[in-house]
Amino acid sequence: MNLTVNAGAVVLASEGGAVPVVHPGAADGVFSLLWLVIALPLAGAVVLLLGGAMARGALDRVGHWLGTATVAGSFALSVALFVSLLGRSEEERQVGQHLYTWFQVGGLDVGMDLLYDPLSALFLLLITGVGALIHVYSIAYMEHDPRRRRFFGYLNLFVAAMLVLVLSANYLGLFLGWEGVGLASYLLIGFWQHKHSAAAAAKKAFVINRVGDIGLSLAIALMFATFGTTDFAAISAVSGEAGQGTLNALGLLLLLGACGKSAQVPLQAWLLDAMEGPTPVSALIHAATMVTAGVYLVVRSNFIYELAPAAQTVVVIVATVTLLWGAILGCAKDDIKKALAGSTMSQIGYMMLAAGLGVAGYPFAIFHLLTHGFFKANMFLGAGSVMHGMDDDVDMRHYGGLSKYMPVTFLTFAMGYLAIIGFPGFSGFWSKDKIIETALAENLVVGLCALLGAGITGFYMTRLMLMTFFGEKRWSEGVHPHESPKLMTIPLVVLAALSVLGGVLLLGDFVVDFLAPVTGVAEHHEPPLAPIAITILAVLVVAVGVGAAWYLVGRQAVPREAPQDVSFATRAARADLYGDAINDAVVVRPGLHLVHGLVTFDRVGVDGAVEGGSAAVGGISGVLRRVQNGFVRSYALSLLGGVLLVVLALLAVNLA
Amino acid sequence: MSDLPVLTILIALPLVGALVTAFLPGATARLVGVGVSGVALVWAVLAALTSYTVDGGMQLTETHTWIEALGVHYALGVDGLGLVMVLLTTLLVPIVLVASWHEADAPGNGGSRAFVAWVLALEAMSLAVFTATDVFLFYVVFEATLIPAYFLIGGFGREGRGGAAVKFLIYQLAGGLVMLASVIGFYVVSADAGRPSFLISDLAALDIDPVTQRWLFLGFFIAFAIKAPLFPVHTWLADTTEHATTGTSVLLVCVLDKIGTFGMLRFCLGLLPDASQWATPAVVVLALISIVYGALVAIGQDDVLRLIGLTSLSHFGFIVLGIFVLNTQGGSGAVLYMVNHGVATAALFLVAGYLVQRRGTASIRAMGGGIEKGAPVLAGIFLISGLAACGLPGLSTFVSEMLVLIAAFQHAWWAGAVAVTAIVLAAIYVLWLYQRTMTGPEQVDVRDLDRREVGTLAPLVLALVLFGFVPMPLLDAINPYVEDTLAEVGVTDEAPTVPAADDTGDHATDEAADGAASSQGGHE
Repeated sequence: MNLTVNAGAVVLASEGGAVPVVHPGAADGVFSLLWLVIALPLAGAVVLLLGGAMARGALDRVGHWLGTATVAGSFALSVALFVSLLGRSEEERQVGQHLYTWFQVGGLDVGMDLLYDPLSALFLLLITGVGALIHVYSIAYMEHDPRRRRFFGYLNLFVAAMLVLVLSANYLGLFLGWEGVGLASYLLIGFWQHKHSAAAAAKKAFVINRVGDIGLSLAIALMFATFGTTDFAAISAVSGEAGQGTLNALGLLLLLGACGKSAQVPLQAWLLDAMEGPTPVSALIHAATMVTAGVYLVVRSNFIYELAPAAQTVVVIVATVTLLWGAILGCAKDDIKKALAGSTMSQIGYMMLAAGLGVAGYPFAIFHLLTHGFFKANMFLGAGSVMHGMDDDVDMRHYGGLSKYMPVTFLTFAMGYLAIIGFPGFSGFWSKDKIIETALAENLVVGLCALLGAGITGFYMTRLMLMTFFGEKRWSEGVHPHESPKLMTIPLVVLAALSVLGGVLLLGDFVVDFLAPVTGVAEHHEPPLAPIAITILAVLVVAVGVGAAWYLVGRQAVPREAPQDVSFATRAARADLYGDAINDAVVVRPGLHLVHGLVTFDRVGVDGAVEGGSAAVGGISGVLRRVQNGFVRSYALSLLGGVLLVVLALLAVNLA
Repeated sequence: MSDLPVLTILIALPLVGALVTAFLPGATARLVGVGVSGVALVWAVLAALTSYTVDGGMQLTETHTWIEALGVHYALGVDGLGLVMVLLTTLLVPIVLVASWHEADAPGNGGSRAFVAWVLALEAMSLAVFTATDVFLFYVVFEATLIPAYFLIGGFGREGRGGAAVKFLIYQLAGGLVMLASVIGFYVVSADAGRPSFLISDLAALDIDPVTQRWLFLGFFIAFAIKAPLFPVHTWLADTTEHATTGTSVLLVCVLDKIGTFGMLRFCLGLLPDASQWATPAVVVLALISIVYGALVAIGQDDVLRLIGLTSLSHFGFIVLGIFVLNTQGGSGAVLYMVNHGVATAALFLVAGYLVQRRGTASIRAMGGGIEKGAPVLAGIFLISGLAACGLPGLSTFVSEMLVLIAAFQHAWWAGAVAVTAIVLAAIYVLWLYQRTMTGPEQVDVRDLDRREVGTLAPLVLALVLFGFVPMPLLDAINPYVEDTLAEVGVTDEAPTVPAADDTGDHATDEAADGAASSQGGHE
């Protein structure tokens, strides 16, 4: 290990860059209120979920406002914290707060400890900011749902858990938040649990996430065995001393966890089903925040990944496969939410790719995570607004020409659209361009895949726009598309503005420099082409995708029923590239066979063997018959006999 | 309080209560039963708060010679292990009595009077088991628990309970007989050493040769493996929980079965340390099989009460695994697991019992779903209890399960890797159960939990959440016991390969520093 002092911060030198050591200072001043960021929405959740017994009527009337207020309060506090952090010098931008000892056994000492640094600061703003907007939107969206109070309770629970995830100073605390958001996701996907499909989707999401949690749990165990702690600060100081095999194992185990939470291949199958949840949930949890937790995990664990090149390579491979996988799914889906979900998977692939590229990529992973949080939340809420006007129909083949009927929804959605395809100047343009550039500098094949993904993004998003807002109206009699109420359109306008302007974060390399105390300073890598050439190339590729969509979808009428005589590729994409079929064939069906086999074995085999065996050995069958005849009714008597026997035997030994 | 025979009074309270209620009319018996068990709970909590210090060692001890020639004593005492088991027992009994309020009087059941009397008798015997510090006394009360248990299974519950009670009894008897051989063996060993004694403190001081240790170990371990239960001697468990009332199941699975793991700690590790180390590989494998096998078989069950019984096979696998990997995280995790499993499984059994009463069947398929909307409290508590069974962070079971996982991984990475699969399997059996029984199109005829029912579940759910976030009060009692026991066994924790400097040390406790220091002797 080679400790040097770089720009005032202690850094751990390694190949390809330098990873700073986590060394938080005391939480004084406004930072002493750090815990309150979590406590506010948590208190909201407790009141909304448990308060029903005491004041159901009153809470049903004001509960949604209470839920929104707690998150808005957290947002205000997050802004105050952020401003204070900016006011500090770079090396003092890490603050730790010890709340209490969670559990301590032997050498394992786990604190409820919080860590506030530039990385968590940006997440706090995203979670509480976008979260508050989506709470406002939900007030109107869920207005006619009799269980709206409970919905807001779950949303608050989610926000609190997500804040724990990004504020925790050790991996066990992170795991608490990690599972907390998983629970909230489960509850919200299955919110309309009277639908079988919703209940099944909720279970599927939780179970697949738990497969990922195997990785996270074992990583925690391996960390403790290796470092004797799970604190970020302590591990980051000594990670360089651990063996290469250990570090790569840690990297791969953490990646397994990240794959589950962030729907990366091969644990991607739950995300499209998760669209069973109410649309604000899809926007907040399954687009803007929770599904990006895997990216957070990788970036946060940079002190491991920077020293684990093999694990980093696997991250890049998984991310590249996923970004294409999700994009292909997005091309074939007629369900507007599922098309957007495929897109989310693909965009998280971009973030994960950047995170896998190491120090040069970390800030751009987070930058894209933020801009994606804006434009994807914007488009999901827009999709919700469309559904609101279309009697909850999600099939884009039943839309068409909606731009006239929902002007605000259309215009705001268009901002998100331009942002995600990377239209020059819009937020997504800056963030995706940086990732493609970094990828090309690292590896040509990966870079080209990222470029190809951008083209496909242009295709499927244009297809979605055309089918929804343009062309002939295809809805049936009795549907009256209309613009949504103000409470829904105002968050759309705000998010649209952020989708347009999100790129300002890159002004003067702000986001890169701001994150440097966490992610380190990258060595300069020369890309194979001049950056401006890469940018032009990317725009051209996107233009081809957009053009292709117009050629295939925009020129002709969209049939109301999906055509069945389609190519193999389309069929495969419609079937989620056979993700479910593979899971079914490889895991679910053999698993069920195993379970049923074991149940039979348990009844016939084990029981029979134990009873038969003991009967043969001990002649118990005779006793059994007598007991069943009711002869030895009083077990007390036989116990007495047994005790007498003991005493006699002992006396015999004693006297002998 | 210190001059009083605190533990004798604690045991005598429910014992006298049992004798009194046996002669009272059912309605009065119920009230008296709840009152007596409530007083026992208060007594136990007061004793824990005022007369117990968490430094370790046996406390509140009482020793009287019982049979001098044989070295048999009436000797009681509690350490961290005994204390938490006493608290768990005294907490669950009044809850079970209130939860079973009308059940025992249902047609075909034995009536409230008998039910209350047997439950109190079982409480008294269980408390005696957890506080006995004489092996002979332990054996007597260990066997004595079978009497009330047998009558509770055979006299109350569903059709087929008679057969289940007999099966239960045969298994337990067989275990008891094997243990008896080892009890006699202890006598022989101590008599050979000079003065016969059954006191645990005397026996621990003996230097028993390794071969004898192994024989003695086998006797105890087989008995405790049947009790706990462990694969492959577990089949009595699901038959019992399927047919008994859920109140009885709570007492059996959450209290009585803990005697198995309690005994492994107290007698196998405590008195036969060399043999315990010798047996570790085999026991670890059995525990791992139980964890995975129990969870898989639970997934395939159609009877909800059978399913819950089998989840306990998986959980007992975790407890045994934690005990036998022989490190502090495993030991403390296992003891904490015993408490948490007791609370979580009690909640799950009780709420499942309320569900079965409402639907008139325990078959998941026959029940159909659609309850969540009409009975949100029932569904909510069912879900929380179920999530506790799968170790969700934020609930107390997570802390103990994670401790055992970490400990198993330290022992051998493959042990951790096998055990960790349970977190997926548990999610499947719990959430699939929830999906099939609670969700789906609404069924209007299900009423939600009433106040009495919520009252029985609320303390359990509260404990799950409270100890999920603040488990240290329990661990403060458990840790010294585990450290003492492992010192007795003669093992130290492995040191981390790349120890991190403790620069966040402002909250490091003295124990942590000690643990780190004492572990320096381990491998590099």
